[in-house]
Amino acid sequence: MSTHRTLAVVSAGLSQPSSTRLLADRLAGATADELRAAGLEVDVEVVELREHAHAIMDAMLTGFPSGGLAEALQTVAEADALILVSPLFTTTYSGLFKSFVDIIDPDALTGKPVLLGATGGTPRHSLALDYSMRPLLTYLRTQVMPTVVFAATDDWAGQDESALPRRIARAGRELADAVAARPAGGGVDDPFGDTPDFADLLGR
Amino acid sequence: MQFGIFSVSDVTPDPTTGRAPDDSERVRSMLTIAQHADAAGLDVFATGEHHNPPFVASSPTTMLGYLAGVTKDITLSTATTLITTNDPVRLAEEYAMLQVISDGRMDLMMGRGNTGPVYPWFGQDIRNGIPLAVENYALLRRLWTEDVVDWEGKFRTPLQGFTATPRPLDGVPPFVWHGSIRSPEIAEQAAYYGDGFLHNNIFWPMHHTRQMVRFYRQRYEHHGHGRADQAIVGLGGQVFLHRNSQEAVRQFRPYFDVAPVYGHGPSLEDFSAQTPLTVGSPQQVIDRYASFVDDVGYYQRQMFLIDHAGLPLKTVLEQIDLLAGEVVPELRKIVEAKRPADDVPLNPPTHAERVAAARAAGRTAATHVGDGVDAVTGARAEESVR
Repeated sequence: MSTHRTLAVVSAGLSQPSSTRLLADRLAGATADELRAAGLEVDVEVVELREHAHAIMDAMLTGFPSGGLAEALQTVAEADALILVSPLFTTTYSGLFKSFVDIIDPDALTGKPVLLGATGGTPRHSLALDYSMRPLLTYLRTQVMPTVVFAATDDWAGQDESALPRRIARAGRELADAVAARPAGGGVDDPFGDTPDFADLLGR
Repeated sequence: MQFGIFSVSDVTPDPTTGRAPDDSERVRSMLTIAQHADAAGLDVFATGEHHNPPFVASSPTTMLGYLAGVTKDITLSTATTLITTNDPVRLAEEYAMLQVISDGRMDLMMGRGNTGPVYPWFGQDIRNGIPLAVENYALLRRLWTEDVVDWEGKFRTPLQGFTATPRPLDGVPPFVWHGSIRSPEIAEQAAYYGDGFLHNNIFWPMHHTRQMVRFYRQRYEHHGHGRADQAIVGLGGQVFLHRNSQEAVRQFRPYFDVAPVYGHGPSLEDFSAQTPLTVGSPQQVIDRYASFVDDVGYYQRQMFLIDHAGLPLKTVLEQIDLLAGEVVPELRKIVEAKRPADDVPLNPPTHAERVAAARAAGRTAATHVGDGVDAVTGARAEESVR
């Protein structure tokens, strides 16, 4: 059994530096540490949606992803697990994040373990992950981790023993356990591999 | 290699003047475009089939039947004929009629259509798109090749002792292409029957086209119709020409920027890099299109979209002149020199070639039913209706 796993990290933060990316990196770090402690090799691949913003809109208008975006979609589809982090805008994940999700092949994520995170200005938005982002990923038939991590501005000023690092560690552990429990290779299907022979299509 | 033009028949206001033709003017423009293409020496004119505005081409065989009478050499075709929502019995009759009227100077391309509501308008369900294409085409072929058909399926009322008339010209049905952008099942269908496969890649990157065509070729060989490189392949294309390449870009950009399908999206430069769209001089178009045989292997038909997005008729006719006069002769020379072997078909099969092949194999059907015995079932029409 392969001991190698790939984590794809999608960050929808818009500013640079962004607290969304910061949270994404923390979640990836916590997950990777747990996996390595379990004796697995880990690759972390980060997709910054800001870099693909124009291409994402073009893909919605033309129907196909161009250059770098096509690679980003492949990275996501082939990963063993996903860490998805979005800023919360107007009560929910950002439009850029949703647009990216909209151009992913709807079957590409089936069964994949997913860890969700979000950043926002105040703690009052902390349930947005559970009422908007979790159903989105449930619809795509992913395996969403029980712990989701919301970080408000104040959380970054907390003590080392504050709630945020503990939640990050717990979430990373959950994702690592889910990844380790599955065989490697969330691989992409050959798009022609399951085309039925025409005699079957004819029902003969 | 054949070179032709295909039209989606959109009525789009000219963005540089705001003027839009009405439906009658657009239909007449298409007739003029097809006749001009014939006179200029292009090989194929194909019309789309749509049943919703802004498109006007709802009745392909009426249009192509007229064109058969007023053109001389050009092959008349479709892009595409809706095999999903049309009754296969009507298709068998209408296209056999067109085949007779055009004296075999036609073929047709099956497609599933890209407008969701068309299915319910014609009593079908879009979720059955592939099963409809499979069942309807299987019936269509039987109606063309068997003189008397007993048939029962899922999607249309059963047939008992049915004979589609007129019988195909010389007892040999028209050549059929299947067009699909994304569905391997349709490439598999084309391969299964040994029909042509046209990948309309005008809005798609070449790496995708390459995969689809390779799959079709492999399956064509698998189903025993010949080698993979002998399969009959067509591609779509889109060009805007001017002898001065900067002038081509300057003239086309206002149409590109607001065009249906891709307007308001990627820049002209990005879209040109990602798709076959080529805006420039005849030499630039020759260079670009001559490279496609390196991607998909030698193929038999290259179609161009040149009359959409509100381009005025006068401009379209100039494009035809440039395409036929300054692109095609040179492009044909280059690509035909890349044909890998003499037994790789130079062009899609003509009616005469198909008749000769069918006769050699003893596969021609009756040209009239009523006084003879059905070549396939051995039944007489009058026996079947007892």
